[in-house]
Amino acid sequence: MSQTVARLERVTKRYGDIVALRDVDLELRTGVTALLGPNGAGKTTAVKLLLGLAKANAGTVRVRGADPRRSSTREQIGAMMQVAKVPETLRVREHIDLFRSYYPAPLAIADVLEIAGLVPLANRKFGELSGGERQRVLFALAICGDPSLLLLDEPTVGFDVETRRAFWERIATFARSGKSILLTTHYLEEADALADRVVVIDHGTIVADGTPAEIKSRSATKVIRCRTVLSESELRAVDGVRSVRMNGDRAELLATVAEPVVRDLLGRDASLSELEVAGAGLEEAFLALTQVRA
Amino acid sequence: MTLGRALRILATETKYEFLKLVRLPGFAIPIVVFPLMFYMIFGLAFGRQRMGSATMATYLLATMGAFGVIGAALFGLGVTVAGERGQGWLTVKRASPMPMVTYFGAKVLMSMLFSAIIVALLFVLGVTFGNVHLPAALWLKLAAALVLGATPFCALGLAIGYLAGPNSASPIVNMIHLPIAAASGLWMPLEVLPPFVRRIAPALPPFHLSQLALGTIGLSPGSMTVHMFALAGFAAGFLVLASIGYRRDEGRTYG
Repeated sequence: MSQTVARLERVTKRYGDIVALRDVDLELRTGVTALLGPNGAGKTTAVKLLLGLAKANAGTVRVRGADPRRSSTREQIGAMMQVAKVPETLRVREHIDLFRSYYPAPLAIADVLEIAGLVPLANRKFGELSGGERQRVLFALAICGDPSLLLLDEPTVGFDVETRRAFWERIATFARSGKSILLTTHYLEEADALADRVVVIDHGTIVADGTPAEIKSRSATKVIRCRTVLSESELRAVDGVRSVRMNGDRAELLATVAEPVVRDLLGRDASLSELEVAGAGLEEAFLALTQVRA
Repeated sequence: MTLGRALRILATETKYEFLKLVRLPGFAIPIVVFPLMFYMIFGLAFGRQRMGSATMATYLLATMGAFGVIGAALFGLGVTVAGERGQGWLTVKRASPMPMVTYFGAKVLMSMLFSAIIVALLFVLGVTFGNVHLPAALWLKLAAALVLGATPFCALGLAIGYLAGPNSASPIVNMIHLPIAAASGLWMPLEVLPPFVRRIAPALPPFHLSQLALGTIGLSPGSMTVHMFALAGFAAGFLVLASIGYRRDEGRTYG
């Protein structure tokens, strides 16, 4: 049985007039959870609340049963965030040594270097590292306290494919030690590769929650483009259409299976032209999911 | 958290605060070298002139020392806090279990460490080139007055760190540091400055630090208690400013 490590309970967070999270319930257990959503969906807000870097307007945030705004609660948490500037004159080993000192029972420095793939870089100054190496240092700072909750906010943004895959391996290795990991990403592929569970968030609410396989099966797999005289509402009425996007007379439909939809469309609009059917990419599949409620 | 662990964090944080800056030539060189350079220029040019019972080289040891420790405090806290706060690094530290009090404490200790280095090097110059002779106890008293007397300027640095942006902090510190140092008689003794400067100097915090330092070697006529109270008053005022900035930042960034 996996146990609850962290929990958002009926949490609402507003920034001025903007509602970043609306009445969200989210329970994090051991294993890797991917929080997936487009930019501005509320992913980073959820992470900030779990780190005590933001205060909920309503609802409660608990990590191991305690408020993360207390620094003692954060002894259970490690985080990797988007950061503009890290002190460049400290060496990799020194950065890790300092962050280890904040935790009551940190991992050995040699283990941290090993897990993050930094052994050959331990004595380099941060300013001398490449972008991918810098991300690995931030990952090392996140895990060095041996936290039971690890928060990774868009950890592989800006990586090339190969670096990204290597980084996934490191996260997966750490996850095997019975941790709870929350990963925010807008790459469905990343969620698919790493997560036991995918939570899809959009406009501040959770729109789907399940295993990666469940999420994929619930999302459309074909994209149909055409020019048509049919209106958006007529298109939506067609059986099997999951979502519709219109731009003048150009329509873009997402459907699980294309053929019956195409047959139906041609029956309703004999003048239909420029028909095109393509396998929807993962990104489109994900788009279909987040547009269902829009 | 136990006191022992908090002290260990403070020691580690202080060590890396120091290493971080000492490896940054753009920071370490002006902070340490400028006071030494000014001491050589003013002190040695007018070294044989007498200021009351002492040589100019002795007198300037106290006032240039004050200039040095004030710079270390203003740059060491003001510029680094504004930078780390404005560029997101403080947010990463805030997300860790690091207690904020050790963050601030380490900045203060680091700036005092720089102060101690500046004062020690000034003393070396004073003895070797300035022909300054003092009893051992007075050297120690002077050093202690300078390093500990910089505390109000640490509070001012913190206030600047919380009220200024990452790029404006450094010019703001310069705009404050150099004029108040000159007007407080840290470069040239007040006695040789125009009368209106002599009238405004007592309203400036560096004046009181330099008089305190001069007092330890018998070169200030005034009451040391007055200068100590003045420094404590400035420290309290700067701390209020810093806490206003801190609260504003907390509400805006972490509210």
